Amino acid sequence: MTKTIPDVVCPFCGTLCDDLEVVVSDDGKQLLEVYNACAIGAEKFLHSQAEDRLTRPRLAQEDGSWKEIGYEEAIEYTAQMLANSKKPLMYGWSSTNCEAQGVGSEIGEITGAVMDNTATVCHGTSLIAVQDIGIPHCTLGEVKNRADRVVFWGCNPAHAHPRHMSRYSIFPRGFFTGKGHKGRKVIVIDPRKTDTANVADVHLQIEQGRDYELLDALRVAFKGLPLPDVVAGIPKEQIYEAAEVLKSGRFVIIFFGMGVTQSLGKNHNIDEAIAVTRDLNEYTKAAIMPMRGHYNVTGSGAVWGWQFGFPFAVDLSRGFARYNPGETTSNDLLRRDEVDSVFVLGSDPGAHFPFSSVKKISELPSVCIDPHQTPTTAVCKLHVPVAFVGVEVGGCAYRMDNVPIETRKVVDAPEGMMTDEEFLEKVLGRIKEIKGE
Amino acid sequence: MNTLAITVNLITGRTIQQGVSMEGGKEKPAYTAACGIIEIDPSDFAKLGAYRNTTVRVTSEHGSVVVKAIEATQGPHPGVAYIPMGPWANQVINPNTYSTGMPTFKGTPVEITEAKNETVLDSLELVRKACRGEI
Ligand code: SF4
Repeated sequence: MTKTIPDVVCPFCGTLCDDLEVVVSDDGKQLLEVYNACAIGAEKFLHSQAEDRLTRPRLAQEDGSWKEIGYEEAIEYTAQMLANSKKPLMYGWSSTNCEAQGVGSEIGEITGAVMDNTATVCHGTSLIAVQDIGIPHCTLGEVKNRADRVVFWGCNPAHAHPRHMSRYSIFPRGFFTGKGHKGRKVIVIDPRKTDTANVADVHLQIEQGRDYELLDALRVAFKGLPLPDVVAGIPKEQIYEAAEVLKSGRFVIIFFGMGVTQSLGKNHNIDEAIAVTRDLNEYTKAAIMPMRGHYNVTGSGAVWGWQFGFPFAVDLSRGFARYNPGETTSNDLLRRDEVDSVFVLGSDPGAHFPFSSVKKISELPSVCIDPHQTPTTAVCKLHVPVAFVGVEVGGCAYRMDNVPIETRKVVDAPEGMMTDEEFLEKVLGRIKEIKGE
Repeated sequence: MNTLAITVNLITGRTIQQGVSMEGGKEKPAYTAACGIIEIDPSDFAKLGAYRNTTVRVTSEHGSVVVKAIEATQGPHPGVAYIPMGPWANQVINPNTYSTGMPTFKGTPVEITEAKNETVLDSLELVRKACRGEI
């Protein structure tokens, strides 16, 4: 016999879909089917069952091979590394629950670490912009029920957040949006004709890196003032038209992604996008939302927000929290040789940092906590596989609109495997002993 | 021998194949197939004088990497090339954060040349070899 578990939350992207159904064997040990998830979410659940999954910690040897060790030894190694570092970098935190993040922060405080999460290579610049000028925000529920003008700027949800459009932003029928897709106008701004652009009413194929100019031009167009013939590769007629579409809506939502945050201009692009949203509020109701990637990157920002007052790049090395993106951010620290060990949990900088930073990690004492084998585990000295959060252990995660959702456990982890939280608790206890606290 | 080179503007980002293969295991061939590629516009392919699916070397001021060249799946976009986010793209993107914390993952000028006899390394081998200075 099998059991079907309803209302399961998908722990992959910031959409945090909460309507999955998972079929498991009667003893709760095997995960058999996943319904309602997109291809990525389904793969995440199913891969937790892989035959070749690693279940014990491994220590890198001189000759490049691995030696299997017990969790006790892994805890000792990690505790010693962190306790003996002057300024460890504790990076990741976006693919785990808020409970584990809380324990991690305590370790960071005791060891004088720099705590940074994946926002540093994702929406870090958005967070800077929000602190600079604030943000008119809303929830995805409001988008579903009210938004009749939807902008996707430098993001491609068809690929990165596959169910976002069907659950919240384009297709669903909501309370005031009974016509679904037919009642909405969708504008995509992207240098490529993406699969998201294909379902839009308007695609503005902007020249890459010219976001600030086009945003500025929109603000001019709202006021009906003159524009040059072409801005950022877009003819002015199209800009005036887009401005009209936006002003005539009842509720405008602007979603933006890496195209805006990672192109030159960075936080200033987002300053300007927020200013566009603010301007629109003179004509109608408008809100703006970052398309957050990892399922709980928002949560780690929230946890550190309450604990330290800052959402990422928190430097605790002086005994109090400092925050200065560009200085206390992971890639800057690594590039400038300012940290003396690296601890990674819930992320893969080996794959997603520029190579110059990866090389620095490979030269430092390093520990990586991750259920998978990744380019990070390939260059770290110790790899500790753990249970999958959201599959084998529950816990709190924050959706991209800052709504906390409790993820669910659906199957047991392989015998004897630890969760992130348990591992961190043990490391914390041992560090306290070493430091005599 | 073909020694033509083209210069294009490189951007990176997610694709659904990148997401699926990443969750399926970054040590597996599917991840290399999904991310060890560069998507090139048909008009740029013509300038390069190369066939679809040949291996190419992509070089920027910041590094160099061998990937497979395929025709852009979400195009057209002449002058813009795309490598899905991952360790291959990160060998060549601009690591400078210009005091924001954010490396410049989008908008790196790169040169593309054919590299028929070279192979695309898998992700773990790529970072290991690169860290040891072997490539
Ligand atoms: S859209 Fe995101 S949260 Fe929803 S099923 Fe797909 S990966 Fe999971």
